[in-house]
Amino acid sequence: MNAALRDGLIVTWRNLKRIPRIPELAIFAILQSIMFVLLFAFVFGGAIPLPGYPDPSAFREYLMPGIFAQTIVFAAATTAIGMADDVTKGIIDRFRSLPMARPAVLLGRSFSDVVYNGGILVVLMLSGLVVGWTVRTGLPELLAGIGLLLLFAFAMSWIGIWLGLSVPAVEVAQQVGFTVLFPITFVSNVFVPTQTLPDWLQPFAEWNPTSTLSASLRELWGNPTPFASESFPSQEPVLVTLIWVVVIVAVFGTLSVRRYRSMSR
Amino acid sequence: MSAIVAEGLVKIYKSRKSEVRALDGVDLTVEEGTVLGLLGPNGAGKTTAVRILATLLKPDAGRATVAGFDVVRQAQQLRHVIGLSGQFAAVDENLTARENLWMFGRLYQLSSAESRTRAAELLEQFDLVEAADRTVKTYSGGMKRRLDLGSALIGRPRLLFLDEPTTGLDPRSRLGMWEVIRGLVRDGTTLLLTTQYLEEADELADTIAVVDHGKIIARGTADELKSQVGGERIEVVVHDRAEISRATEVLARCGAGTATVDEHTRKLTVPAIGGASTLMQVIRDLDEAGVRIDDIALRRPTLDDVFLSLTGHASAEEADAAMAAAKSRTGAAA
Repeated sequence: MNAALRDGLIVTWRNLKRIPRIPELAIFAILQSIMFVLLFAFVFGGAIPLPGYPDPSAFREYLMPGIFAQTIVFAAATTAIGMADDVTKGIIDRFRSLPMARPAVLLGRSFSDVVYNGGILVVLMLSGLVVGWTVRTGLPELLAGIGLLLLFAFAMSWIGIWLGLSVPAVEVAQQVGFTVLFPITFVSNVFVPTQTLPDWLQPFAEWNPTSTLSASLRELWGNPTPFASESFPSQEPVLVTLIWVVVIVAVFGTLSVRRYRSMSR
Repeated sequence: MSAIVAEGLVKIYKSRKSEVRALDGVDLTVEEGTVLGLLGPNGAGKTTAVRILATLLKPDAGRATVAGFDVVRQAQQLRHVIGLSGQFAAVDENLTARENLWMFGRLYQLSSAESRTRAAELLEQFDLVEAADRTVKTYSGGMKRRLDLGSALIGRPRLLFLDEPTTGLDPRSRLGMWEVIRGLVRDGTTLLLTTQYLEEADELADTIAVVDHGKIIARGTADELKSQVGGERIEVVVHDRAEISRATEVLARCGAGTATVDEHTRKLTVPAIGGASTLMQVIRDLDEAGVRIDDIALRRPTLDDVFLSLTGHASAEEADAAMAAAKSRTGAAA
C-alpha cells in the first residue's frame, strides 16, 4: 500500500502539471461555475421565494451550497474525460509496462482531481461571498463543510475513473458523463424544494447524494434550510452523505481496479 | 540462456460478430544479446506478440518466459528488467522531456536523484538536450519517438521491445533511429523488434521471423531467407518495345531459364548463375544484337521477394493499400 501511495503521488504530480500547461481548462471550468451561480441567483432567484425568508437574497444564500455540491458531482465527468484520454493516448500502456504499483494510476487520477476541484471550490466560494452567501457558524463548521465536499469529490472521482476506463472514446465519456450527471444534480434540492417534485420522485431526490451533501453544507454553515422534511436523509444529511461516500468508493473503486486489471485480457 | 522463450502462444480477440485469432500458436526463442526481427504486414499479430511478452496482455494459451520470468505469473518482477517502446509515442505531451523521463524513472522505482541523472544521460544520448525543458507537444514526430525510446531505457533494461520503431518517420529520422538502435545492441541489449519494413529487419535483426495471420511462416537469417527464394537475377530495361523479342532471345541464351517480360515497363528478368560474368556476357550479346538498353543490373533477391514467395501477397505497402480499400468499403473509421 505504501508503494501504491508513493507511485500514486507521482502520477498525481504528473496530472497536476497539466493544469498550468493548459490553463484554458481550469479557466473555463471556473467560468462555467460562476455562470451557474449568476444564472440561478439572478434568473431563477426571484421566482423561487423561500418560505420564512422575505429577503430575496436568502435564495442566493440557500443556493450556493447546492452549487458547490453540483460542481463536485459534475467533476466526475472531468475525471472520466481525463482517464479516457490517458487510455486512448497509449500512456497507460507505458505505465502498465513499468514495475509500478498497479492501482497507482487510478489513485493519482483521483488525488489530482480532488486537488483540482479544491481549487475550483475556493474560487466558487469567493464568488459566492460576492452574491450574498456567507457562513453563519464558525471556522470549524466551515472546515468541516469543505472537508465533506472534498471527501465527496474523492468518491465522485471513482465514478469518473470507472466511466473513463469503460468508454471506447473520450467523446463518449463526456456524453455519458453529462447524461447521467444532469439528472443527478437536478433531481435534488440544489435549486428547488424537493416537496415540489412528483411523489414518486421525492424519495429519489431526498436520498440523492447531491441533496444530502447540499443539506449538510446548509446545516453546517447555518444557511437557510426552509424545505427540510421529516425524512431520514433530511434529518441526518451529514451521516447519509458519509455513508454515500463509503458506498461509492467501495463499489466504484472495486469496479475501477477490476476494469484496469482486465485491460490485459 | 535464452532471453525469450515462447511456446504455442495463442491470443483470440472476440467481438460480438467475429473471432480473430491474432496469434495462432507462436513459438519464439531469442538468445541473449541478439536481435530478433518480427516481420509482417499490418494485422499479422506482431504487436499482440510484443504485448504478451511485455506483460500487457495475457495469452489465451501457451506460455512464455522473458529473462527467466514467466510473463503471466512473474509479471511484476519481469517489468523491472524490460523496456517497451510502441508504435505511438507513449509520453505525456504536457510534460517536458526531462519531466517525462524523471517520472518514468521514479515509476521504474529509481530514486529521485538517480532518475534525474539518468534523464540527463538519456537526453544527451538522444540529442534532446536543447529541447529538454520544452513541453513534448512542441516536438516533431522524430523527437517524440526518440523520447519514447529513451523512456523505455530509463531503467537500463536488459531486454527491449520495440514495436515498429520507425513507422511514420521520415527517411532521415528513420536512419537516425537505426543508428540509435544499433548502438543499444552493441552495448549488449537483447532486442525484439517488429517491423513491416523488410529493409529494416535486414538492417537491424540477427534473425528474422516472418509472421502472417498469427503464425510464424519462416525464420532464419536474412541471407537464409533470401536463399530460399533463389539466386541472383539479371534485369534489363530495353529502350524500345520493338526490341523486347530480340532481347528475350539473348537472355534465353545467356541466363539460366526463360526471361519474364513486363511489356509495359519494358523490363526483362532472368535468373543468372554466373553472377557478374553472366552480366558481362549479356551486355556484350545485347550490344552485338543491336539492342539498345536503358538500364541493366544484377539483382540479389530482397526480403520483399521472400515475403511475396512465402505469403503469396506482398509486404507492407500493398497490405496497407488493401487495408485502406477494405476500410473505405465498410466505411469503418481508423
